[in-house]
Amino acid sequence: MDFSLTTDQQNIRDTILKHCSRFGDDYWLARDREAIFPHDFYKSLVDGGWLGIAIPAEFGGSGLGVTEATVMMQAIAESGAGMTGASSVHIPVFSLQTVVLFGTEAQKARMLPPVVRGEDQVCFAVTEPNAGLNTTEIKTRAERRDGAYVVNGEKIWISTAQVANKMLLLARTTPLDQVKRKADGLSLFYTDLDRSRIDVRLIHKMGRHAVDSNMLFIENLIVPEEDRIGPEGEGFRLILHGLNPERILIGAEAVGIGRVAIARAARYARERIVFNRPIGMNQGIAHPLAKCWAQLEAANLMVMKAATLYDRGEECGVEANAGKYLAGEYAFEACHTAMLTLGGMGYAQEYHVERYLRECLIPRTAPVSPHMILNFLAEKVLGLPKSY
Amino acid sequence: MKILVPVKRVVDYNVKVRVKSDQTGVELSGVKMAMNPFDEIAVEEAVRLKEKGVVTEIIAVSVGITASQETIRTALAMGADRGILVETEASPEPLAVAKILKALADREQPGLIILGKQAIDDDMNATGQMLAALLGWPQGTFASKVDIEDGTATVKREVDGGLETVALTMPAIITADLRLNEPRYASLPNIMKARKKPIDVVKPADLGVDPAPRLSTLKVVEPPKRQAGKKVKSVAELVDKLRNEAKVI
Ligand SMILES: Cc1cc2nc3c(=O)[nH]c(=O)nc-3n(C[C@H](O)[C@H](O)[C@H](O)COP(=O)(O)OP(=O)(O)OC[C@H]3O[C@@H](n4cnc5c(N)ncnc54)[C@H](O)[C@@H]3O)c2cc1C
Repeated sequence: MDFSLTTDQQNIRDTILKHCSRFGDDYWLARDREAIFPHDFYKSLVDGGWLGIAIPAEFGGSGLGVTEATVMMQAIAESGAGMTGASSVHIPVFSLQTVVLFGTEAQKARMLPPVVRGEDQVCFAVTEPNAGLNTTEIKTRAERRDGAYVVNGEKIWISTAQVANKMLLLARTTPLDQVKRKADGLSLFYTDLDRSRIDVRLIHKMGRHAVDSNMLFIENLIVPEEDRIGPEGEGFRLILHGLNPERILIGAEAVGIGRVAIARAARYARERIVFNRPIGMNQGIAHPLAKCWAQLEAANLMVMKAATLYDRGEECGVEANAGKYLAGEYAFEACHTAMLTLGGMGYAQEYHVERYLRECLIPRTAPVSPHMILNFLAEKVLGLPKSY
Repeated sequence: MKILVPVKRVVDYNVKVRVKSDQTGVELSGVKMAMNPFDEIAVEEAVRLKEKGVVTEIIAVSVGITASQETIRTALAMGADRGILVETEASPEPLAVAKILKALADREQPGLIILGKQAIDDDMNATGQMLAALLGWPQGTFASKVDIEDGTATVKREVDGGLETVALTMPAIITADLRLNEPRYASLPNIMKARKKPIDVVKPADLGVDPAPRLSTLKVVEPPKRQAGKKVKSVAELVDKLRNEAKVI
């Protein structure tokens, strides 16, 4: 049992925090107000080679593990970049792992280096309006025609689709009534986001305005067969492999945003004098902050344990889910507590914590809701009957 | 041309240092350490000279405990080619460091040594000058601009009241001031490459230097707490207070 970062991991954390210090609070506030993608931040991470952190060296990356990617994503959020900064690079860092694991050598050589070099930008299109969290029920169809697939359907919540030119797409290749198990018959593609066949419409949401989320209306999109990742009909299982790493990264990002909120609130509580004393001298202010700190660090231990297990090749589903759950809940409490600590100023955009509060609800609800995680833990850990 | 860049492991500049309760020094246990910021500027300058083709090899040197290797790694990740750790128990004084660097300069024959103008922990501002004296080389301290041409280093120095430009016949010593450049952040591929770059470990005795301290610290105390300011009603009152209370005019 060793609870400390390795020298490399510490180095990654320090370097990312330094790197992000060039993009200060005003930068993120402005991006959020204008709802403009942080292109220069994204480019700076491309230039620093950070998008390739978990991509093998032969495809232009650095070949490090999920733990290192987790440390990096957390440091981005914690720097004050919040979920805006983290989400801007989350998809290339995490979702390309399915290509790394299941793509052919030719696909990897074609698909990975352009993302690491910043030439291609990728989004991840799974969720659908009529399926929700019940992913095997997705309706988007990919039908074979003349050595290619023709895709029709609708996607929702697809982040960065406004700026991406590539997408990972999950679609049904065999209709649900013709498969043995519901998880069969889905296929995964890495293909062009062809705007002549896909109508991308922005969803106006609560926060993280700079990183868009969208509805996709797909009409007769042609996907060449060589863009299919893994065997036909196996797409859902390939996606499942990526779920735990995604939960780990999201959990770490949530801890990061919670930490910056608490740090900011603690500083304010030390400096703000009311009734002739710093407000932080009142235990009504101090204790909730201390409690949030303890909760966040406990959540972080669970998240990092999951990352460590994953990189060792061990089962980590329980820890990844529990870590993401704890991080999501505690980050929310931390951001909310931070806002209350700042009093009226907590509600002013210039003090940044209201932005964190709006953003921290994303890792709380996505990519999987707290309810579904508790369903999973109840069933898998406690052996309770499945409720749905 | 080779270039030597000494780098010191110091308390990170973001850390609020605390004096130890026994007043023998500042608390270092559990405190975040980093490369001295002025040394980062020195490394950056060396890397830029290498990118311009003026320098062929950059050697980063640190004198200190084993963990100073991490500081050397940081320099390697920024673009230094190899490292030398001169391993000692405690952080030695400027004269000992200067003697060690002289021994290394004799061994490596660099055309240039760029140091930070001072370390932010002890603020000595002495090592570069002592090294220049020991080697008998010219020095351009507090540099805010460096140009190398035909065996001459032209250094713009930040002095009281303006900038002084000096031309040094190389080999020479330069110490870096804050405005010389803005150091880069290491890229991930360079951090990875740095892991494979060699670091030699030697002891001061191997270089014929005794690093034992010549100074003994009597006492370290917190600076006095800042007093709250006073508000004055008129210029006359201000002048009166400056003259009679503060006694500064
Ligand atoms: C900001 C943001 C960005 C996103 N980005 C992407 C993206 O890039 N790509 C992508 O594919 N998706 C993305 N998503 C989608 C996300 O991953 C979730 O899958 C999605 O929000 C959940 O689907 P839904 O809204 O239809 O929820 P529903 O499935 O309709 O669920 C609604 C509610 O009912 C609860 N519920 C449902 N069934 C049960 C049950 N059996 N027991 C208990 N409770 C239950 C859920 O927990 C939830 O609270 C994003 C979402 C958000 C908010």
